Amino acid sequence: MSYLRRRKVPKTQNSEPHEIVTENGDNEKKKTPKPKLKEHKRWSCVDSCCWFIGCICSIWWFLLFMYNAMPASFPQYVTEAITGPLTDPPGVKLRKEGLTVNHPVVFVPGIVTGGLELWEGRQCAEGLFRKKLWGGTFGELYKRPLCWVEHMSLDNETGLDRSGIRVRPVSGLVAADYFAPGYFIWAVLMANLARIGYEEKTMYMAAYDWRLSFQNTEVRDQTLSRIKSNIELMVATNGGKKVVVIPHSMGALYFLHFMKWVETPAPIGGGGGSDWCAKHIKAILNIGAPFLGVPKAVAGLFSIEAKDIAMARAFAPGFLDKDVFGLQTLQHMMRMTRTWDSTMSMIPKGGDTVWGGLDWSPEADFACSTKKLKMNDTNNDKGCLGSVKRVNYGRIISFGKDVAGRHSSEIERLDFRGAIKGNNLPNTTKCDVWTEYHEMGVEGIKAVADYKVYTSELVLDLLRYVAPKLMARGDAHFSYGIADNLDDTKYEHYKYWSNPLETKLPNAPDMEIYSMYGVGIPTERAYVYKLTPTAECYIPFQIDTSADGGSEDSCLKGGVFSVDGDETVPVLSAGFMCAKGWRGKTRFNPSGIRTYIREYDHAPPANLLEGRGTQSGAHVDILGNFALIEDIIRVAAGATGEDLGGDRVYSNILKWSERINLQL
Amino acid sequence: MGSILRFRKLWYLGPVRCSPLELQSFENREVDKEDEGVAPKVESVVVDKKREQKKRNKRQPKEWRCIDYCCWIIGYLCTTWWLLFFVYHCLPATLPGFQVPESPGTRLKSEGLSALHPVVLVPGIVTGGLELWEGRPCAEGLFRKRLWGGSFAEIFKRPFCWLEHLSLHNETGLDPPGIRVRAVPGLVAADYFAPGYFVWAVLIENLAKIGYEGKNLHMAAYDWRLSFQNTEIRDQALSRLKSKIEVMYVTNGYKKVVVVPHSMGVLYFLHFLKWVESPPPIGGGGGPGWCARHIQAVMNIGPAFLGVPKAVSNIFSAEGKDVAFIRYNVQGLREKFANCVLHTYFTVFLSRAMAPGVFDSEILGLRTLEHLLRVSRTWDSTVSLLPKGGETIWGNLDWSPEEGHGCDFTTKGEAHASGNSVNNVNQSRGLEVKDLVKYGRIISFGKAVSQLPSSQLPNIDPKQEFSCSSATNFSSLCGEVWTEYDEMSRERVQKIAKTNCYTAITLFDLLRCVAPKMMQRAEAHFSHGISENLDDPKYAHYRYWSNPLETKLPNAPDMEIYCLYGVGIPTERAYVYKSSPADKCKHIPFRIDSSADGDEGSCLNSGVYFVDGDESVPVISAGFMCAKGWRGGTRFNPSGMATYIREYKHKAPASLLEGRGTESGAHVDIMGNVALIEDVLRVAAGSTGKEIGGEK
Repeated sequence: MSYLRRRKVPKTQNSEPHEIVTENGDNEKKKTPKPKLKEHKRWSCVDSCCWFIGCICSIWWFLLFMYNAMPASFPQYVTEAITGPLTDPPGVKLRKEGLTVNHPVVFVPGIVTGGLELWEGRQCAEGLFRKKLWGGTFGELYKRPLCWVEHMSLDNETGLDRSGIRVRPVSGLVAADYFAPGYFIWAVLMANLARIGYEEKTMYMAAYDWRLSFQNTEVRDQTLSRIKSNIELMVATNGGKKVVVIPHSMGALYFLHFMKWVETPAPIGGGGGSDWCAKHIKAILNIGAPFLGVPKAVAGLFSIEAKDIAMARAFAPGFLDKDVFGLQTLQHMMRMTRTWDSTMSMIPKGGDTVWGGLDWSPEADFACSTKKLKMNDTNNDKGCLGSVKRVNYGRIISFGKDVAGRHSSEIERLDFRGAIKGNNLPNTTKCDVWTEYHEMGVEGIKAVADYKVYTSELVLDLLRYVAPKLMARGDAHFSYGIADNLDDTKYEHYKYWSNPLETKLPNAPDMEIYSMYGVGIPTERAYVYKLTPTAECYIPFQIDTSADGGSEDSCLKGGVFSVDGDETVPVLSAGFMCAKGWRGKTRFNPSGIRTYIREYDHAPPANLLEGRGTQSGAHVDILGNFALIEDIIRVAAGATGEDLGGDRVYSNILKWSERINLQL
Repeated sequence: MGSILRFRKLWYLGPVRCSPLELQSFENREVDKEDEGVAPKVESVVVDKKREQKKRNKRQPKEWRCIDYCCWIIGYLCTTWWLLFFVYHCLPATLPGFQVPESPGTRLKSEGLSALHPVVLVPGIVTGGLELWEGRPCAEGLFRKRLWGGSFAEIFKRPFCWLEHLSLHNETGLDPPGIRVRAVPGLVAADYFAPGYFVWAVLIENLAKIGYEGKNLHMAAYDWRLSFQNTEIRDQALSRLKSKIEVMYVTNGYKKVVVVPHSMGVLYFLHFLKWVESPPPIGGGGGPGWCARHIQAVMNIGPAFLGVPKAVSNIFSAEGKDVAFIRYNVQGLREKFANCVLHTYFTVFLSRAMAPGVFDSEILGLRTLEHLLRVSRTWDSTVSLLPKGGETIWGNLDWSPEEGHGCDFTTKGEAHASGNSVNNVNQSRGLEVKDLVKYGRIISFGKAVSQLPSSQLPNIDPKQEFSCSSATNFSSLCGEVWTEYDEMSRERVQKIAKTNCYTAITLFDLLRCVAPKMMQRAEAHFSHGISENLDDPKYAHYRYWSNPLETKLPNAPDMEIYCLYGVGIPTERAYVYKSSPADKCKHIPFRIDSSADGDEGSCLNSGVYFVDGDESVPVISAGFMCAKGWRGGTRFNPSGMATYIREYKHKAPASLLEGRGTESGAHVDIMGNVALIEDVLRVAAGSTGKEIGGEK
């Protein structure tokens, strides 16, 4: 120390050189004011800053070190101290019961949960080769957002790669075990399966590019062929044990498509023969399956405002609405998501028959308040009729809150389909983001708003009007109707394969189909829209977030009518096929495949330590639900639906299904 | 430290000059306070005490100064670091003026090449990642985390746990109960071995440039610790590879695959070729035409067809050149090898290279080498790399095919002198060299012995010597680290050392004696001889499948086999051993005699005889099969498929900026060699061996 001082003093031109001479040895400790003063002189603002940063860093490192040195089981002790002893994870519990590996397991991830990586890119994406663009940290989204959007988009005409860009799904279990660091998708289920002996060779992640339409994944990547080959391999190497398939979310539709594809003869299909499914598949455990689509998809396509189809939006919710930065984030997102064909697979299917007409809907008696009230309500309908107003869920989009509530006869509607689209707005050039709204012009937009109310069938027309290119592509790959005659040869086309109401299940009487989903969370079902003040580069429609129901327990909140479900998929979509459409021998299920409904009532995590909860019923979090995991493990270890206890129902799905008048 | 202090000084100057006023006032205040403290001397005792306390309080900040300075320095460094980091990130990817050489992928793409044949990559030993699926309590929280590959953080955190999990069962060669460690699947398995240390990544990137992607590029990852047949028994790895190749063949418009195995992957793929055509219970049941139908070419990179001498020393005493060098370093005798250590840091048997300094330091009581020896001896696959072909290939006591090889690698003219074929010994040159190096003696005890002509050797029949029937002097005291050496009596150790010389054949007797369990286990899976009659039905057994001298290549006349390897680097070929002071019971009784040096330019360097090769695999092992064994329609290659040798002369990276070089010939670094990548790309895009220029 003294060495330093001596070197410095002459340079600072400070007086009192004699002080320095005395200042060594014991004098150091003697508290004369002057050396102290010198210390303070040197202690300037920059120094303080450095000191402060240094302190923080040291403390941080120290804590980090402590954290690393901490025994791995420490958090568990804390948790147990607070919440009492934890229950064994299902894997451990069932292992003690003696369950072991039996059937190989295939996971089919849903939309947005699978990772995508770059294989070839433009100049701006240099150095990102084989880095995750989707999934992981999303670091690139912040670093070079426009580049990212450009690479994530597909070609607007073909729905395939843009030239010079190849973004491909990550393969293997890593594709969808964690979506972002710490945000598990399949990881918990995998860990529990591993406990009873599963490993890489008995688990397979059927990763596919979820942006493409289902048939295009085969055309571009031969994904379906690879899934087929992998399933065959797993059956062969595991002593002829059939596989248990676990699709999640959109994966359920993808797997429906796969089952039709694999039995169809070669040029279009996989050429597996008509008994392929019977030979290779033991059970399909659909988790949160949107068999009949989700209303969210409509909002997503219409104005990109759903909550998780355009999950990208959720990264900065407040920010998106403000165009302060001139970034036009929403428009960019919209343009990007509209190139993804797969979003159209989730448009509600079955039309008014399933989703309800102008004045009718199967869920009409649902009360949104608390669970208790709901149960009462279903028991004595009359008593509560006064308080609970019937909601017209059938009107998936209505313009204005008052319109949503009124009876259909009171609404004046002008047909929009005839309306001529206006000329392009004169200053489209200003809007560097191109969405199809710019081609509609003011008249078109007004016509759409004037029609006031749209049911699920009309919504299709609406979308065709609003986004013609998108729907032209979509209609080539997906269909949303109900088949009158399933034997019609037109149903051999692949566009019908992912619609359960237009295909027959394969001929596999020993197979089992489960529908497992969460209930007890308000789920988007219908929307109240408004026109936005027509600024030039805006999306002209927005959910009217000011539209709230009068009372606490109204179903209308923030412009969205909610119904029972798992936060994304309404009960009706997830459960109807297993509750009614496929139950017993119907025309959709000619071989009488047994179906089971397993509902999981949502219970939010008790405290923060539990993370995302072990009893959650939410669309993605349900993959960490212990009851669900236990069911899956039991089936994988050989149990049948009867062994599990058959149906397990909390919601009104059976009742609602009855109301749907569908010829079976 | 000095520079830091100087930095600090600089910082002091500015602010002090700038703000004299503030400090002045501060000073006054301080003085006032102090006066107040001193003035009322005639106060009660209580006040006095208070004052004392006050004083102490004031003294405290002074004592903190040191800590303050520390904080300050850390803060300063952090800020600078962040600043530099920030600037670094703001830099454009390519600095103007710094010309990045065009990668072969880009160049060939502009030539119009595009993906044609699907490509299968087969990684070698140690380069593939391993992850944990089920473990003991000590490995909690590591589920599906990498134990091997990646950052290797767990070695340092919990070394014993780590070793326990990487060991296999000593009897079966499979998993120990309660532990499941599995190969990482997919391209990530071996693209990078450790962060920044590429294995396949450069090749993959270049393949991607001409249009390859997940659907036509497959990494055949397997658990490289197991014997080849066991990967099928436990993981069905061979079945999966077969199914992958079939599906790629079908989905890519019936284009045959190009297989690119590296190092031990070459043997693995040989095994696969036989397996896939053998009938079902043991084999894959693909039928005799499978290879002809599905495989376009096999491009062996750094192939260890006939084994590597390194494997011997590895099994014998858990040390290769790298470890011996490290010991050398520790002794502080020669610093120039530091470079070599860095270079060999990650070569083939790199398990030992992970924590160089620690090996010899028995001070810590860790006995790292012994632990590693025990672990690596449970790995059957290492046995597959023992020299094959016996004395015919590797030479006997007085003769070896590489005789006359000049080891002075500084003069490049000589470097190519090694004869690739057995009969091609250049006698005249051999006479010129003063002492012929007797490479045939893979292990000799003592430098003198390694050079004596065989007639002067003490005439002891090794067969007689090795009556390793019973372990008489089993010392159960040496329990903790259990290597099989503990079961051997001291006398036997002495006897082994007395025998003096071991050739490629007697070597096996030695190993059988030294590591009976391992050899017993492994010899059920591998064979190292030369077959007399390939039609003998015994060769249908899978233990012969990975030995090119005991199998026929499949009947696929259109298939091409390439041997691509680096040359121009000294490669271990034979060893001079010494018995280490064997007083301690838990010691490995044999050590490479690192003091045994030849003259300048001699092939003997710190106990190891060198020969031309790629740092791990000698030329003879890599090239012999393609140069002679399979050339034309031989009995090993009845259908007469074409073979090509492509050698790549090693050229050390010119500057540090180049990283591991684009012209390297080293065993692993060759995967970044531009010429090799170009060859692979051309073949993958449809060229034949003739079109890329045949031999090189």
